[in-house]
Parts: sequence; structure tokens; C-alpha cells
Amino acid sequence: MNAIASMDRRSFLVGSTAGVFSLGFAIPFARAQGAAGAVREINAWVVIHPDDKVVIRIARSEMGQGTLTGLAQLVAEELECDWSKVSTEFPTPGQNVARNRVWRNFSTGGSRGIRESHEYVRQGGAAARMMLVAAAAKRWGVAEAECTAANSVVTHGASGRKLGFGALAADAATMEPPKEIRLKDVKDWKVAGKGVKRLDTAPKVDGTLVYGIDLRFPGMLTATIRDCPVQGGKLKSFDAAKVEKMPGVRKVVAVDGTGVAVIADGYWQAHKALEALPVEWDMGPGGKTSSATIDAMLTEGLTAENVFIGTKIGDAKAAIAGAAKVVEAVYSYPYQNHATMEPMNATAVWTADRCEVWCPTQNGEAALAAAAEAAELPVAKCDVHKAFLGGGFGRRGRSDYVRQAVLIAKQMPGTPVKLIWSREEDMMHCAFHPVTKCKMTGAFDAAGKLVGLHMRISGQSILASLAPQGLQNGMDPVVFQGLNGGGAEGQFGYDVPNLLVDHAMRNTHILAGFWRGVNLNHNAIYVESFMDELARAAGEDPLAFRRKYLKPKHRAVLDAACERAGYGKAAPGIFHGVAQIMGFGSYVAACAEVSVKDGKLKIHRIVAATDPGTVVNPAQIERQVAGSFVYGLSAALYGECTVKDGAIEQTNFDTYPVLHMDEMPKVEAVLVPSGGFWGGVGEPTIGVAAPAVLNAIYAATGKRIRSLPLSKHDLRSA
Amino acid sequence: MAVLTINGKRHDASVDPETPLLWVLRDTLGMTGTKYGCGIAQCGACTVHIDGVPVRSCSLPVSAVGEGKITTIEGLADNGKLHKIQQAWIENDVPQCGYCQSGMIMAAAALLAEKPNPTDTDIDEAMTNICRCGTYQQVRAAIHAAAKA
Repeated sequence: MNAIASMDRRSFLVGSTAGVFSLGFAIPFARAQGAAGAVREINAWVVIHPDDKVVIRIARSEMGQGTLTGLAQLVAEELECDWSKVSTEFPTPGQNVARNRVWRNFSTGGSRGIRESHEYVRQGGAAARMMLVAAAAKRWGVAEAECTAANSVVTHGASGRKLGFGALAADAATMEPPKEIRLKDVKDWKVAGKGVKRLDTAPKVDGTLVYGIDLRFPGMLTATIRDCPVQGGKLKSFDAAKVEKMPGVRKVVAVDGTGVAVIADGYWQAHKALEALPVEWDMGPGGKTSSATIDAMLTEGLTAENVFIGTKIGDAKAAIAGAAKVVEAVYSYPYQNHATMEPMNATAVWTADRCEVWCPTQNGEAALAAAAEAAELPVAKCDVHKAFLGGGFGRRGRSDYVRQAVLIAKQMPGTPVKLIWSREEDMMHCAFHPVTKCKMTGAFDAAGKLVGLHMRISGQSILASLAPQGLQNGMDPVVFQGLNGGGAEGQFGYDVPNLLVDHAMRNTHILAGFWRGVNLNHNAIYVESFMDELARAAGEDPLAFRRKYLKPKHRAVLDAACERAGYGKAAPGIFHGVAQIMGFGSYVAACAEVSVKDGKLKIHRIVAATDPGTVVNPAQIERQVAGSFVYGLSAALYGECTVKDGAIEQTNFDTYPVLHMDEMPKVEAVLVPSGGFWGGVGEPTIGVAAPAVLNAIYAATGKRIRSLPLSKHDLRSA
Repeated sequence: MAVLTINGKRHDASVDPETPLLWVLRDTLGMTGTKYGCGIAQCGACTVHIDGVPVRSCSLPVSAVGEGKITTIEGLADNGKLHKIQQAWIENDVPQCGYCQSGMIMAAAALLAEKPNPTDTDIDEAMTNICRCGTYQQVRAAIHAAAKA
């Protein structure tokens, strides 16, 4: 695990004179042109050591999703190196800026880690290989075309001469990068496409992996924060004198006008002092909001006239008006917290001349920008060192905690300060899974054919909360994930001649954010629950009904799941439910097997099929699929954040339960890559988790669940 | 002053006796393999053994440890040889983000010590740790594999 080693290597010393600290990593890792035998950077992606060790640079963050391993496989495939010699490291966002963004995008979200960068990282590996081959050819005085690279060795075919990558690295580093690069055909892959084990497992089983929250530096202090319980509220006053003399407490500081932090020798001392600190808040206009007021606002949106149109094919309203039969249902989806296992944290050192931050982040460059802004220093005088993440799920795409850490460290110049949020702070202050309601209206003609569908979503916009610059004439296009009329990202799966999907944007003071699966989660529930309702209304089997209207790729993946599951052949007392959706560039479907006995749900087994186009690591995709059910079923069964007096009421896992081991169904992943495209796999399957189970519950009980979480509903027969 | 035996070694920690063992381990002694997740004994990320029994160290005042012998994730291997649970974790490629895994592994090691051949029901009852990435299926497989090892 080179990234961890390098973090140690880069650990800095705080000087004895105030404000002086030296940084072992201040020089971007060597484009080293030193003595022979030194570690060589062949290009931005590939570093080769004299002993043939290969270090592959990974720009995207690793938060459990396995992207680090998948990206390394892609580089190694083109590099033709020995996979057993590969380790990885994270370049810093500051180095990316200094090198004209040679690693391009650091942002790790939207299941884009691999699908957005596969081409240029493979080109990076291929270019390095070509430079190694060129170096060998030059040394032997032969043509490059006569030499080949495999397993970290370049061979001259005619003479049988061989040189290892380590021996060639110094020369290769001086070669001109190739202008033309041809990538391998997927069918020729040897390392990529295989279910190799993750590269980052060993330090995760013996406690040696250093997460952001584990960082320790000489002289470091620990801070913990309380922000206004109501988002948008302000800090009015606090009585520092009441806690300043408590053991270990160093300082009590206001943060950003909205929060207060205690800085102490250790976390527990900071936490106890913060608990004892008298604080007064100005809750602001959001303080009057409750779950009931939000629900009323969303309900109004279900019939509002002024809406944003996402998808319009034909004339759904006319089709509904002229229908032989109309079916209508209203659904809702609550706020949810990501609840990463590692609470938010960041460690910062600030001086008037430089600011360094260590943190778990899904967006290193955004974290750098946030740090520089908070530090009031140019970006060139700041850097962010990315730690492994103890979970991300979209939460760590925001840099609110980075900003806070810098603002706190600024009040202790020259001293490293680690900010750790309590679980309670974490639960109350995120950008939550948006809250929405949805009215579905379906129209059948006299022949029983589905001729019209109107999907009215009423609720929050993530972009309006977090990135209003991304709105398009006020409309949030992300709202329509999985509901698009076309395109490669999230196409609506059913051919319905008259289709209207529109959005009544209804925002509150509570921030909405990207939450693993994002808007696909509720959109899939609305579409796939309602398709079941339509099938029942038409008196047809839910799978047969869907198959009549599904587009070919959507249908193929649903068929794959249902075939493996043995749809329609469930054992007595066991019931099947199905769902499909396209999102994040992939087609996914699930068939759930459940039973309900005395009102108690048991999910026995779920078969989930995925067509991501191209498979980089099947073993890791299987884990993402299984994990998606844990995340999606946690949300479906238990996940709800409610609002009282403007504040989120759930503060820890006792009031915000999640799925445990004993409830985990057996998940079987079926991969059916159809080739020719690259879809994401970390998120789409979450979309089908809830609707497949909800539809199976209907099959078992006749109860149609239209609001979550499931724990609010009585599944006993009436 | 708390006198603790951790992974076979004596440690003296000058801390408030009410300080949870978790923060003594992490902040005072620098043993950060044991994780903070919830602070209220719900998630299990902070699981350590005291005299072989799994304990959630976030909610245990250090003064309550007494003479108990503490084992943390750092001390689970025996002279550099991984515990069979750790080995099974590697072979089954269990961790995703890995943050909950110290606690998972400590809970699983305690389970195997008590029940060398646990059933799925035994696993369900003993493994109440929370994993948000969703490694439960691999955790179960790895426990069964370790039992057979």
C-alpha cells in the first residue's frame, strides 16, 4: 500500500518556532532526473523503481468502491507490467494544479471513476510502455517494432535479449512521449476484466490503514464542532469561560458565524467541553419548518401548473384525458443521511504563508479550492492530501468540513488541528437525500394497451442546494435520472407513446445532496412500483407486462435476473418482485424473493443483473452490487430523517437504524456486459433494491407500500 | 492514572478515569486501528476484546477495565502471523472502505473463540456491527472459511 507509506513519508514536523513547519512533500514527487538507480516517473501515471516495482498514480478517491484497483488494472493492462509488482499512490490536487491538471478530474462521484477516465488512464499506461520499449530498442540499436513488452520485461524477438522495466526506467523517462497510441481491444485483456483482488486490503485487516480520522502529527490538537442545529441559522453567542478551564481545553472558537468549536488535547476532552458549553443560536427562517410543512409543500407541487419538463414524448395529458382506463398513485420518499462509518473530519495546518489539509474527500480539487478560500491564500500556497475514506456515498463530495477545519486551524497558527465531527453532528449536518413526492398517472386504451404516462415529481433539487450554477434556466436536469427520453446516461426503459415527466421544484432550507444512487433511487421506486400497479390493473403478470413495453437492453437485463432467479417458480410462501432501471450509464434489474409471516418481512434472496457494457473487475462489481442492496435496503426499510423546528431529529444509529447482518439477503450478481460502452456500477443497483422488494411484498400481502421507510407500515394482513 | 494491559504490554495512561477506553487507545496511546463510529455502542467499529470478550470501547470508561487484558486489532496477529480470521478476510477480499472492519474482525474472532463452527444463526447473533458499504455477505463467507481453516 504505497499510498499509506507515502503519507507517512510526507508527515511533517512542526518547528519549534511559531508558525514554522517543513513539508517533506513540498516538492511534487520527483519528475526525477537524478542518478541512475533512482525511482523514475515515466509519465504522470506510472512510476518505476529500479527493482521493477510499479507505482500507478490514482487521481480518483478510494472510498470502498474499488476504483483504485480497477483503474490500476487498466493502466497495468496497457503498461504490460507484472501485476504482482503494482502498488498505487494518490497525487495531490495541488500537484495537479501545478502540473496543468495532468491527472484531469479528481472528482469521485456519479459512478464515474472508471467510466469517465478509462481512456486516458489506459493511454497513460500505453504511453509508458511505448517509452520503455523505445528505451530498450535504443539501447540495443534495433527497431522499436522488433521489441515487445510483457510482464514487466521488454524482449527483442530476433535476438531474445531481455531487459526489465526497472533497468529501463531511467532511459524511458527521457524518451519523447508517443504521439499516437493504440489501445488494446477489450478481448485481449489479461489483467483488466479479471476479478483480481483489491490492492488495498492488507492494511484494512490489521488496523494499520491510516484514515483521515487517524492522522497524528507532533503537537497536533483535536477540535470538535457544533454548527447551528438548523441549517442556515447563525451562532448568536457562547460562554467560553464556562469550559475554558476544563482539562485539556486549549481554545473555544467561533467558526464561520454559524458554529462553535472546542480545541483540546484530545477528542474526548473537546467533546466533553463542547457538551458543557452554553451556546445561543439564531435559528433563522428555517426554524419554523417541520416534516408536516414540507409534506404540504410537496403535495401542492403534485398538481402545480408551473413546472419544469424533463421528458416529453407525444401528448400524455391528452392520452390520459381520452383513456379507457386511468390508474393513479402518489408516492413519497424521505430525507436520508449518508451515515458514512467514519464521521466527517479534516486536519489542517495554517500559517500566513501556507495551508495544508489532510482529509478524506471525494473531490480533492474542490477540497483544495475550499481550503484556499478559507485560508485566504492563493491555491498555489495550499494543498490537500487525500486519505482513504471511511465511506463516501456522495457525502464527501462536499467540502464543508474542510472549510471548517481550516477556519479553526487559522485560529491556532502553525499548529496542526484535527477536526472530528461527533456522530450527532454528522447526522444533523449533511446535504441529505432529497425529499420528493410523485404522482403517477397511467392511461390504457380500450384494447388494454398502455398509451400514456405522466410522472409528476414534486420536491427538492440537489443542484439548487449545492450547485445552482448547474441549473438550466432554473431547471435541474439531474432530477430526471433514469427518466430521460434518450441518451447514454439514464434512459427511460419503457416505450410509451405519450410520456410526460415533469418537476415541480420545491426547496427547503435543508440542503439536498448527492446520496449514493442520487435521484435514481426514488425515480426507480416510483416508476417500478407503478409499473407493478399498472400490470395488476391490466390483470397481467408484472414481468410479462413490463416485457411488452421495455426497450431491448432494459428487457435483456431484466430477463437475465428473472431467469437466474426462476421467476414465477417460487416455493410456496415465497413471492417474487421485480424491478429494472437504467442509470449511471448501466442497465440493472433485480428479482427479489420475500416472505411475510405475521407481518414480518424476510428477504430470502435477490438476484441482480447488471449490463455495464464493459467489465473491468467482475469480483468488485459483485461486491458493489451486494453492497448496493445493503445501502438501498437500509434506506427502504429504515431510512428517514424527519424535521422538527427546522432541525433533523435523528442523531445517531439508535434513531437512524440501518440494515444489519441478520437481515442481509443472499445476493447473486449476474453480469451481462453487452460491450461497446462503459457504465458505472457503484450506484445504479441501489435503484432497484427497494422497488423489487416492495413489489414482492405486494405479491405476498396485497399491500402496496407507497411511502418509505417500510418500518412505518404494518404488513400484517388486515 | 490508568494502568492497562494491551496486547500483552503494560501501558500507563494519565487520563480522566471517565474517558472511554476508545479515546485512551486512539488519542493517548496512538492505537488508531480501533475506530470511532457512533459513541453509543451501536455500530461496533470500536470493538476490542477484554479477557477475550468483545466489548464496545466507545462506551466503556477506562476505569471500568480494571485488571482486564485488552486485545485490539493491532494485537490480534500472533508475532506477525495473522489470525485466521484476518487471513480469511484477505482471501475473501472482504473489506470495501474498511472502516468498520477492525470491529468486524474483533467480533468475528471472539465468535470463533467461543464457537469454532458457527452456524449462520450464530453469526447473525454475534455480528451486530454496522457496515455501510455492505460487506455482510463477504463477512459471513469469511467467517465460515476461517472456521474451516
